[in-house]
Amino acid sequence: MNYPILSSIILIPLLGALFIIVSRSKNVNSTISIALFTSLVNFLLCLFLWYLFDETTTEFQFLEEKNWINGFIKFKLGIDGISILFIVLTAFITPICIISCIRSIKTRLKEFLISILILETFMIGVFCSLDLVIFYLFFEAGLIPMFLIIGVWGGSRRVYSAFKFFLYTLLGSVLMLVAIIAIYWITGTTDVTQIYEIKIPKEYQNLLWLAFFSSFAVKMPMWPVHTWLPDAHVEAPTAGSVILAAILLKMAGYGFIRFSIGMFPYGSDYFTPLIFILSIIAIIYTSLVALMQDDMKKLIAYSSVGHMGFVTLGIFTFTQQGIEGSMFQMLSHGLVSAALFLCVGVLYDRMHSRKISDYGGVVNYLPKFSFLFIVFALSALGLPGTSGFIGEFLVLVGAFKKSFILAVLASIGVILAAAYMLWLSKRVIFGETKNSNIKSLRDINISEGVVLSILVFMTIFFGFYPEPLINTFSLSVNNLIENYNNELNLKSLAQN
Amino acid sequence: MINLNIIAPEIFLFLSIATLLMIGVFKQNSYSLILNLSFLSLIGTGFLIFLNFGVNEILLESFISDPLSSFSKILISLSCLFVLFSSQRFVKDKNISKFEYPIIILLSVLGMFFMVSSNDLILFYLGLELQSLSLYILASFDRKNIKSAESGIKYFVLSALSSGLLLYGCSLLYGFTGSTNFELIKNSLNSGNIGAVFAMVFILVGLAFKISAVPFHMWTPDVYEGAPTSITSFFAIVPKVAGLVALIRFMDSPFKNILEEWQIIIIFISVASMILGAVAAIGQKNIKRLMAYSSIGHIGYILAGVATGTNSGYSSSLIYMSIYAVMNLGAFSCIYLMKKNGEYVEEISNLSGISKDRPVLAISFLIIFFSLAGIPPLGGFFAKFYVFMSVIESKMYVLATIGLLTTVISAFYYLKIIKTIYFDGNKFKLDDSKSLSVNGTLFMSCFILITFFLYPSILNSLIYNLFG
Repeated sequence: MNYPILSSIILIPLLGALFIIVSRSKNVNSTISIALFTSLVNFLLCLFLWYLFDETTTEFQFLEEKNWINGFIKFKLGIDGISILFIVLTAFITPICIISCIRSIKTRLKEFLISILILETFMIGVFCSLDLVIFYLFFEAGLIPMFLIIGVWGGSRRVYSAFKFFLYTLLGSVLMLVAIIAIYWITGTTDVTQIYEIKIPKEYQNLLWLAFFSSFAVKMPMWPVHTWLPDAHVEAPTAGSVILAAILLKMAGYGFIRFSIGMFPYGSDYFTPLIFILSIIAIIYTSLVALMQDDMKKLIAYSSVGHMGFVTLGIFTFTQQGIEGSMFQMLSHGLVSAALFLCVGVLYDRMHSRKISDYGGVVNYLPKFSFLFIVFALSALGLPGTSGFIGEFLVLVGAFKKSFILAVLASIGVILAAAYMLWLSKRVIFGETKNSNIKSLRDINISEGVVLSILVFMTIFFGFYPEPLINTFSLSVNNLIENYNNELNLKSLAQN
Repeated sequence: MINLNIIAPEIFLFLSIATLLMIGVFKQNSYSLILNLSFLSLIGTGFLIFLNFGVNEILLESFISDPLSSFSKILISLSCLFVLFSSQRFVKDKNISKFEYPIIILLSVLGMFFMVSSNDLILFYLGLELQSLSLYILASFDRKNIKSAESGIKYFVLSALSSGLLLYGCSLLYGFTGSTNFELIKNSLNSGNIGAVFAMVFILVGLAFKISAVPFHMWTPDVYEGAPTSITSFFAIVPKVAGLVALIRFMDSPFKNILEEWQIIIIFISVASMILGAVAAIGQKNIKRLMAYSSIGHIGYILAGVATGTNSGYSSSLIYMSIYAVMNLGAFSCIYLMKKNGEYVEEISNLSGISKDRPVLAISFLIIFFSLAGIPPLGGFFAKFYVFMSVIESKMYVLATIGLLTTVISAFYYLKIIKTIYFDGNKFKLDDSKSLSVNGTLFMSCFILITFFLYPSILNSLIYNLFG
């Protein structure tokens, strides 16, 4: 297979964006159709990629390599079981965002679509790159379109949120850049596959791990550097929140699995207690904070922090179930949180309020919407039969293997999640109709209905039949854990 | 047998300046003719330098022509060409289109050529003074404007002081080593020579003043603000190239044996410039003052590369300088376009919400300022990347970390401009500009910055070969 399929997946959205710029069409509909067409073509290409993907090997596939910076850095792309699903998820979420913004974005729609498409290019680039410098390039470049999406089309405190988002993430990432350059001088390469082979000397690993951690912890986000997320979510337009929750946060989880564990096994082992403590605090504390929110987007944002706590917890158990659970949790959260933000967007477009106290008794007037909302809320709290359950369950199994107390503390988070999600549903969907404006609301239209139904279908489908996802990544995860254990066993052998 | 070929570019430039001066004196209203002829003479000079590129010879023990000097001369003449080219409209509008204007700029370029080519303290000082004297006049060129006159005087007083210090350093060096020739000084210096270390500090102060590094930066904001914008853009780019190359030459040749003493000072200056450039720019409301602090910050990063004292460090700071020149040409082209009701404006608040009626100008601002902030995948990121590559290669982790943390602080004020352009309401309407020269320069700059990532090693092989 010589056709450079990964480069084309990266480039297609960019070409679409260029086409929109060049076409200079004043007609809004044609702009939307170009953007939608591009993103759908890209999605189909990604599905085709998934079809071609060989699940029976742990090698990197679809490798592409070009000389980039003469002599020392190569432009290297490639995917394995861990990255492919994130690429498919990105390509799946982008058309959904484009559909959702048709109604909600009133000004400068053309620029908005350009930003979304360019952002898609960068996000897919992050998951495809097998070179640290290329990874950093895409990882940071995504900040520019996201900064504009929050700042130009956001709510009333958009400037503050956009700055906070940008500066927090940049601050975390520059330390990673120092580490990447240091790795180059230690190992003589920034090619990830070669670094896996060469193995970074033990004495450097802790510091390098911390530098990468500073970047991923902010992006994840982990407690206590999570405070940019609620602000960014609340102020961003619906499509922005969806991308932020569904994909941008996953970059960090992906980074932990691919880089932190893969390259620094000693560092990861050394700092596992730190991750566990921060994850547990994130799970319990942010769930409690979510209980107190009156803004629906903020509530979902805090619940995201809690869910990401499960992800980090699972990754650092270093068990097959834990990491698989984290992967699954990330994918499921990508669908469910995207759907919840879309639901809030549906309400906001009609009522222009995100306050929980403004709602109540929505079920009487928007029955279809209420049904879909409840499914997503149940999935977010991890009800068996929805995709949210599989991820949390596997993570808890992994945590039990590691420590009993850890699993018990994490389970408290599951209970709290049920509390805030059910309470949210009770206050918004059920109960008395206090606000008379609700009576005049329309139920969801066709485009919203189609988008949300697809998401409901996927949530329930993968809740009952997670095999296709788990099969895709299980061998790669297994390989990762084996390498990690081999490395650590060598250490203990050396000590004996 | 004296080989005059290696000094041909300087001779050609000098003869063109003399001819242009004659034309200016005897022909009335000859500004545009002289401007066009000076473009030609710059191109001709560039061509002669290009012919000399492979040469590595020393003339009369004091004038050296090597790849480093040829490269920096090409960079100087190219950026000078674009500064003159993009500022045509501005100079006309501001009514400073006198025939002396291009001639004085060419004279200072000639001075810089001698600075980067000198192999002797006396020739170096002569070159430095030739460029400084021209710059004093240029700073106060808009002499009816009180701010311009003030900036000229301020620059003159402070610069004369620093030249004096530098000259004192030169004389100390002569006293302690018995020679003014770089090679001879290098051979007779060692770190035990306290007097020479003293001399080194004085020379460094003079050079740091010329490239406006902290703590010798005080003149920069006032002069940048007061001088006509076209001159500010010249100040921000061209003399810095010359100053940087002179610094590298001093470090590489006469002071090579006392590198450690020299390095400590450069590291301090570099860190101070990075921090001050980042912090002091935050409160600025005038875009030219902001560019002044931004240039101080950038000099900090460039000096971080120099501080390594290795060939790869010098190369990376030259790469940085080249990209910095492209970014600043673009930034100043944007500033030329800030024109409201026929008047040039400098307050950042005038940019408020221009993204609605001037999307192309807005996107150019976006590209250039994100690039100045060093956000990938734009050109400015690679400039920083190469510098920190070589800094970390020399195991200066603390310097690298401080440097990268200050990029976050400086990102804040670049973002503030983007915020004014994109997020704020539309209060003002800027005039449309059809000036081909400004738009052309802006387009070129943006194009280079966007496409730089396609082939980021375009400069590397060239620049790495400049040093042994």
